[in-house]
Amino acid sequence: MLLDKFKEMAAFQAELRDRRLKAFGAVTDEIVSATEGVVEGRRVILAGTNNYLGLSADPRCIEASRAAASRWGTGTTGSRLANGSFAEHQALEAELAAFYGVGHAICFSTGYAATMGTCATLAGPGDVILLDADSHSSIYSGVKLSGAEVIRYRHSDTADLAKRLRRLGDRAANTLIVAEGIYSMLGDIAPLAEIAELKREYGAMLLVDEAHSLGVLGERGRGAAEAAGVEDAVDFTVGTFSKSLGGIGGFCVSPHAELEDVRYCIRAYIFTASSTPSVVASTRRALQILRDEPQLRERLWDNARRLYDGLKALGLAVGPTPSPVVAVEFSDREAAMAAWQQLFDNGVYVNLVVPPASPSTNYLLRNSMSAAHSTEQVDRIIDAYRGLIDAGLVTPDAA
Amino acid sequence: MADYQSCLAFLCELLQKYNRKRVMINENTGLVADLGLSSLEVMEVIEQIEDHYDISIPLNILPDVNTVADLAQKIRDLNP
Ligand SMILES: Cc1ncc(COP(=O)(O)O)c(C=O)c1O
Repeated sequence: MLLDKFKEMAAFQAELRDRRLKAFGAVTDEIVSATEGVVEGRRVILAGTNNYLGLSADPRCIEASRAAASRWGTGTTGSRLANGSFAEHQALEAELAAFYGVGHAICFSTGYAATMGTCATLAGPGDVILLDADSHSSIYSGVKLSGAEVIRYRHSDTADLAKRLRRLGDRAANTLIVAEGIYSMLGDIAPLAEIAELKREYGAMLLVDEAHSLGVLGERGRGAAEAAGVEDAVDFTVGTFSKSLGGIGGFCVSPHAELEDVRYCIRAYIFTASSTPSVVASTRRALQILRDEPQLRERLWDNARRLYDGLKALGLAVGPTPSPVVAVEFSDREAAMAAWQQLFDNGVYVNLVVPPASPSTNYLLRNSMSAAHSTEQVDRIIDAYRGLIDAGLVTPDAA
Repeated sequence: MADYQSCLAFLCELLQKYNRKRVMINENTGLVADLGLSSLEVMEVIEQIEDHYDISIPLNILPDVNTVADLAQKIRDLNP
């Protein structure tokens, strides 16, 4: 039967209903601020968003959006190739190219479409894609569509990547290496300096998904490649407007003039309606703020360090270095679910991540920080985690 | 150059580590159907094969691999 394969998911959903666990698809009834909302009837601190700079609630962005809706209407009703290229889209593309200091930029309707579309199109039959094993779903979807030979390297393991480039021989020249800036689940940063060196040595091309690092890393906020000082080696930077820019949409920028031709070959660009101008307008404003207010980035990192240090001091299993994404790992499924529920009951909303969305067989409570979190909110999150220890749901390992 | 038989022998040995159900492992054993490997475990097995033979196994071939024999065949084909 066609639908038999969903039985396992149906059983899992039934279990969640029985437990009244609202970790997946919880409904937000109200947004109080960038960091506080009413979710499933409970007022909570939002610690599971990707609202790194808090710009989703910025009055300047909201006003830009409102003005654009009045001027352009609610939607474009068509693709960029047909009737859906408005002056707003063009302006945003020019601003993104300028921000990255490159000649070319494409905007997409979502980050997923940007990443999937570029990965699916840049490499084709006869080419090779070398992707990080822990790549985001949009990357996996794209490479599958590409028709290229797809090879994984061990997560952020540059010795493994080097081996695989060597094994390719001459074909390395037809290879696209794919890495992310900050990995979304554990918050770890890719070793882009080493990856850039390998890319040069073997004459491959490099695509970096800066979805979680735009506005977060680098002196100008351009991401992990800027922070590593290797932007010159990046052939394609992709990213999203849905996280640090607080809107929705995605982009690809490149120094290669061919990007203008690639544009017309990306199905996820050609055959989908363009972003609504109100979203493009808020994104433009947010990009301006990201550029002009580096203090937001500093505040984000202050909060990230505070949360990381706090959870680490409790003896929780956090990652090796502070990051705006701080994940606490659980090997026990029951404990992870109960912990999520207790945090929620105590007014803290985080992401529960279950395998295979987590990079191992572990369960994660994924916390993400925002520049808009107050110190007091961060401390309340840490307190809520202390409550998990008191309840015996986690055993501190460093204590 | 590894021949089919030696690939097969290597695989049967490697897969013992994952033989939770204590089945007889031979050419016809299904990696998922019989051994019950999870997708994560399949990738783990692949990485160990790659290290051992100094090859990269493209993800593209995986949909065609069901049994130990299928995998042994692919390794042989990929071996220079
Ligand atoms: C690494 C990465 N790439 C792409 C995306 C897709 O972005 P969006 O959610 O804006 O479509 C995400 C986030 O979901 C991501 O984490």
